[in-house]
Amino acid sequence: MIFESLSSKLQATFKRLRGKGKLTEKDVSAALREVRLALLEADVNFKVVKDFVSKVKERALGSDVLASLTPGQMVIKIVNEELTKLMGEKAAKLNQASQPPTVIMMVGLQGAGKTTSAAKLANLLKKKHHTPLLVAADIYRPAAIKQLQVLGEQLAVPVFQMGQQDPVQTVRAALEHAKKTQHDYVIIDTAGRLHVDEELMDELARMESAVQPQEILLVVDAMTGQDAVNVAQSFKDRLGLTGVVLTKLDGDTRGGAALSVRAVTGAPIKFAATGEKIDAFETFHPDRMASRILGMGDVLSLIEKAEATFDEEKARELEQKMRSQQFTLEDFLEQMQQLKKMGPLNQLMEMMPGMGGMGKKLKGMNVDEKQFARTEAIIKSMTKKERLNPAIINSSRRKRIAAGSGTSVQDVNSLLKQFSTMQKMIKQLSKLEKGKFKGRGKFPFM
Amino acid sequence: MGLFNRLKAGLQKTRSNLLGRLGELFSRSQFDDDFYDELEEILIGADVGVETTLEVVEKLRTQVKAAKVTEAAQVMEILKKQLLELLGNERKPIELAAEKPTVILVLGVNGVGKTTTIGKLASLFQAQGKKVMLAAGDTFRAAAIEQLEIWASRSKSELVKHQQGADPSAVLFDGVNAAMARGCDILLCDTAGRLHNKTNLMEELKKVLRVIGKALPGAPHEILLVLDATTGQNALAQARVFNEVAPLTGVVLTKLDGTAKGGIVIAVARELKVPVKYIGVGEGIEDLQPFDPAAYVDGLLAQE
Ligand SMILES: Nc1nc2c(ncn2[C@@H]2O[C@H](COP(=O)(O)OP(=O)(O)O)[C@@H](O)[C@H]2O)c(=O)[nH]1
Ligand SMILES: [Mg+2]
Repeated sequence: MIFESLSSKLQATFKRLRGKGKLTEKDVSAALREVRLALLEADVNFKVVKDFVSKVKERALGSDVLASLTPGQMVIKIVNEELTKLMGEKAAKLNQASQPPTVIMMVGLQGAGKTTSAAKLANLLKKKHHTPLLVAADIYRPAAIKQLQVLGEQLAVPVFQMGQQDPVQTVRAALEHAKKTQHDYVIIDTAGRLHVDEELMDELARMESAVQPQEILLVVDAMTGQDAVNVAQSFKDRLGLTGVVLTKLDGDTRGGAALSVRAVTGAPIKFAATGEKIDAFETFHPDRMASRILGMGDVLSLIEKAEATFDEEKARELEQKMRSQQFTLEDFLEQMQQLKKMGPLNQLMEMMPGMGGMGKKLKGMNVDEKQFARTEAIIKSMTKKERLNPAIINSSRRKRIAAGSGTSVQDVNSLLKQFSTMQKMIKQLSKLEKGKFKGRGKFPFM
Repeated sequence: MGLFNRLKAGLQKTRSNLLGRLGELFSRSQFDDDFYDELEEILIGADVGVETTLEVVEKLRTQVKAAKVTEAAQVMEILKKQLLELLGNERKPIELAAEKPTVILVLGVNGVGKTTTIGKLASLFQAQGKKVMLAAGDTFRAAAIEQLEIWASRSKSELVKHQQGADPSAVLFDGVNAAMARGCDILLCDTAGRLHNKTNLMEELKKVLRVIGKALPGAPHEILLVLDATTGQNALAQARVFNEVAPLTGVVLTKLDGTAKGGIVIAVARELKVPVKYIGVGEGIEDLQPFDPAAYVDGLLAQE
């Protein structure tokens, strides 16, 4: 997932630093050179990187910091702090209108994911018992209005549209309509446009003054490269940007654009889009993202995500099992059921510290429906004894299980292998658990 | 000025005329560390990527030293030659199959411009007097079929479609058969956007390839990967994985009408030897150009 390779890079660098006793100026420079390359490889804009590195260097060379900490700790602390500052420290909420409806405008380049994000946001609000209205103001892209209508229908959220008419008129009428029909949120999907397209940028500015939105969210593809700063700057110059939505985070991009856009706009990243499914949309946690860059992992995000899906009791049970490490194939089956609700396993793994590599190993283990059915059949074909103690499953038992579940011995083998990987992961997790998630934002050695 | 405009202007420009930062850079009399550092920044700033940039700059340094070059213009020449070596010097247009139809499969991650590129390509072939058919292989995204339908009518092409949610392989299978039955010269196959790290979607793609090959042995004749010029280093990962699943015959680099430079195609060409065939320079049906490597390199290096 994003930042995965970046954090492993940083970890490698800092491991080297930690191994040394004292940090000389030369050490700081050497470490920061690697930080610089890692950030560049992650697509952070080179100017942002330059600023960042020089800020860290300036601070790192201050003697007062040196006095109270070990050298390694000092650099890590500073990099962490500056990175956190750059990302924005807290998760940001949506602005509210003092009088409903709250108007939200989605803006950005072509293909960034505005339409899908607008629908996902409507879905999120609807789940919180709001009554959003979607507005189709992309009059240019073929079938864009239709796309929003289809999504609206799926969500049972009404979509306001006036065909290919002037979108400024459309949004004005939409706002009137929303007031009359008592929608408490109005989400406007605008056409994708290049930041250098004067005419279309002007159209956005006119829309803004027509409806005075509480939120103008710049939708940014997480895979964006160096140009992110130019895009962000131009949109910021023309509109009162209030936030950013980072999309396609389910890819394997390292997502340095997040840092670039933050640095340029100062606007908080409010949401992260993490998949094509309509509920793959969540609050963005900048502080945790910064610790993720540093290789802290995002255990908190993982737990939050897990808690939202697991019901209380199951969670407690599981926690118990993790502690005692009595994790059986039956639990594994149940676990998979839960994970299916939570999203791809490898994605979750990437969010845990030290598990980046593990996530890769588990890549083949995405919980898709078919595979899940197979897994279920295999486990159900085992005896109780076998489920509790898979070590006894020898080759004749494997054959029997394969025959009983209508699968192959290879399938059985691969499941057993996956299970043992999972067990290892549980062990790591419970070790972390002992180290305490609660001491958030701190390295154990700091 | 967007890269495309520079690109248009690029060839007319004389070397000494290069404005701005790079001009300034190359007007220096000394090729010292600062010079190379700044060149590094320019290339990285164009999304060429750290690895490729470091390699290019290092090689330039060695060559400049070895040949005892002192003229800025000569240094520029060496640099351009190097970049062109990586990119491939020649234009590589789409070649038609010996027997019609030529089947062209268009791939890429979400939102890069696959459908739009198909519309533009259809119009291009139409203008050459070819009979063109489009197949609506994106059965996933809402209204993707309707979008392609509009491009079919704009480009006066025929269209084969199923319902949303249908099996894309089935649609494209029908497409190939229909194109053969109706004597079309070219079949352009649209596909759903897929992130390359989604195993199930890449598996789906393998099936699409198998099925097309079954309908017409030797097809698809062209497999084009659409890359968005705005994308950074991830484009290389995309190209790698797509190329593994579906051996690419070319890249289309879209959205060059903005300020993004799409330098990652240099890294892609360097590693995978897949040529860039076309560039997208706008949303209109005419906004597609054959890729001209020399003009592109000129545009890339002409910083404002
Ligand atoms: N400015 C610009 N926009 C483009 C270009 N190619 C495609 N687009 C836009 O990018 C968006 C996504 O294009 P689409 O063809 O739907 O992408 P797909 O999801 O890959 O099929 C649309 O708004 C297109 O109009 C281009 O070369 N330049
Ligand atoms: Mg499409």
